[in-house]
Amino acid sequence: MAVVSLRNVGKIYAPTSKGAASVTAISDVSLDIEAGDIYGIIGYSGAGKSTLVRLINALERSTSGEIWVKGQNIAAMRERDLRQVRLGIGMIFQQFNLLGSRTVARNVEYPLEVAGHPKEQRAARVTQLLDFVGLSDKAGSFPDQLSGGQKQRVGIARALATQPSILLADEATSALDPETTHEVLALLKRVNAEFGATIIVITHEMDVIQTIATKVAVMDQGRVIERGPVFDVFSNPQSAASARFVSTVVKGVPSPAELAVLRQRHAGRIVTLAFRDSAVDQSAVFGELARAGVGFEVVYGGINEIQGRAFGHLTLALTGADAVVDPVLDHIRTLTTVTEGR
Amino acid sequence: MDALIDLLPELWTATYETLYIVALTLFLGGLGGLCVGLGLYLTRGGSILENRALFFILNFLVNFIRPIPFIIFLAAAQPLARAVTGSGIGNNAIIFTIALAASFAMARIVEQNLLTVTPGVIDAARSVGAGPLRIIFTVLLPEALGPLILGYTFIFVALVDMSAVAGYVGGGGLGNFALQYGYRQFNPIVTWAAVLLIIVLVQFVQFLGNYLARKALRR
Repeated sequence: MAVVSLRNVGKIYAPTSKGAASVTAISDVSLDIEAGDIYGIIGYSGAGKSTLVRLINALERSTSGEIWVKGQNIAAMRERDLRQVRLGIGMIFQQFNLLGSRTVARNVEYPLEVAGHPKEQRAARVTQLLDFVGLSDKAGSFPDQLSGGQKQRVGIARALATQPSILLADEATSALDPETTHEVLALLKRVNAEFGATIIVITHEMDVIQTIATKVAVMDQGRVIERGPVFDVFSNPQSAASARFVSTVVKGVPSPAELAVLRQRHAGRIVTLAFRDSAVDQSAVFGELARAGVGFEVVYGGINEIQGRAFGHLTLALTGADAVVDPVLDHIRTLTTVTEGR
Repeated sequence: MDALIDLLPELWTATYETLYIVALTLFLGGLGGLCVGLGLYLTRGGSILENRALFFILNFLVNFIRPIPFIIFLAAAQPLARAVTGSGIGNNAIIFTIALAASFAMARIVEQNLLTVTPGVIDAARSVGAGPLRIIFTVLLPEALGPLILGYTFIFVALVDMSAVAGYVGGGGLGNFALQYGYRQFNPIVTWAAVLLIIVLVQFVQFLGNYLARKALRR
């Protein structure tokens, strides 16, 4: 059952001044997010991904379509009724958004105050949460005394305070260095594994998707242009935008410019072979080449692993006469996809 | 000098009156300024209680009243002061008029200080289900407390300034004392005695304000 389900959702911002055009941030997005998913939404700045995630807890209101969260259409709800819904949805932010006037412990306590939990119960829960994020010793510190990674961990503790079943992460690691990013992502993975929370991760970094997401949607100009299990999108992107994102973390098929450089260095034919999952046996392919006496050199590409499954592209420079090479390539085509770089 | 010694009882009374007027107007005007300032902040475009019409009215009112020189405002608002306090002259009338003028001056300071609160923390509060009233008291005011204290310290000096013309409508205080016994009787020592007291008062309050703001900002 989908915990979050968007149906033809649109968001149009009214013109800010007379004569200005209205801005379409989201158009006709439909998306189903299953319980327990870590669902990544990736797109360039301005693709509408942040607006989309803010629609899910109604920080911004949609202008068309339905937004079903745990069986309620929140697009049709009034602001006052939404407050109850929001208690069941945690959110973490790129800029952490901690209250500077409160200590770490009192920041984490804040959602519990709003939810009306009694004081003693709150204190116990705060201790438990700070322990979970590894910041027990910082309870009395103020946010401006913490590093970025620590601030985000406080943000996560705060978002989890009321035990929400959905966690929204809006560019949660974009302000952090690579190492801290991986610490925070590891923590989110634990949140998913230990509490079973559904996590929706907004990012412009494919690396983040590769590290934690199980499913991904690619957004461009306010629309979802591709979606599916992360492995499928990575190993076989359908759209140009997806392919560009994938290429930021995966060395796949060489671009025309890269091919030109390879051409200069290698006289023979250049072919790119796809290896997906363990469906293609690398040794079988290389065995064919060796048997026919075709020399080869790996000049580009790599093999990646996503969620325990391997895939990748290897580009080979072949040496040998066409009469020898052609039949071998024909045979390899029966084993896997071959792209000839011309 | 002898004249000043003779006038000491009047000087203490005047000091007391200034303190009384300024304290009361700081409270009333401060509260009024907080309300109007919050109103401006909350109703502006994109804020949590966005209301274009209300914002326009408040904004116009503030812009309308603020540029009027206080001594003219004092005369212009006299009928209103009479209607509210029962008399157009005396300390009560001047307290009412100063509080009114200070509300609109303070409103801008409050609005500006609230605008320094990062919108993100308001998003964070909304995302855990906080309503507007809770956001005002647990997010906006605590987050802007340091600058707000400095803003109130600033307006305090303006209140001392405004209270100095109380004598024109039969009010008391140090301003009236300096004019009546110093200026009009050609006795600069008496005038300067009042000036000195005002300087001491302002310095003390500024020091206190800085101290409290530093504590609120923890630096």
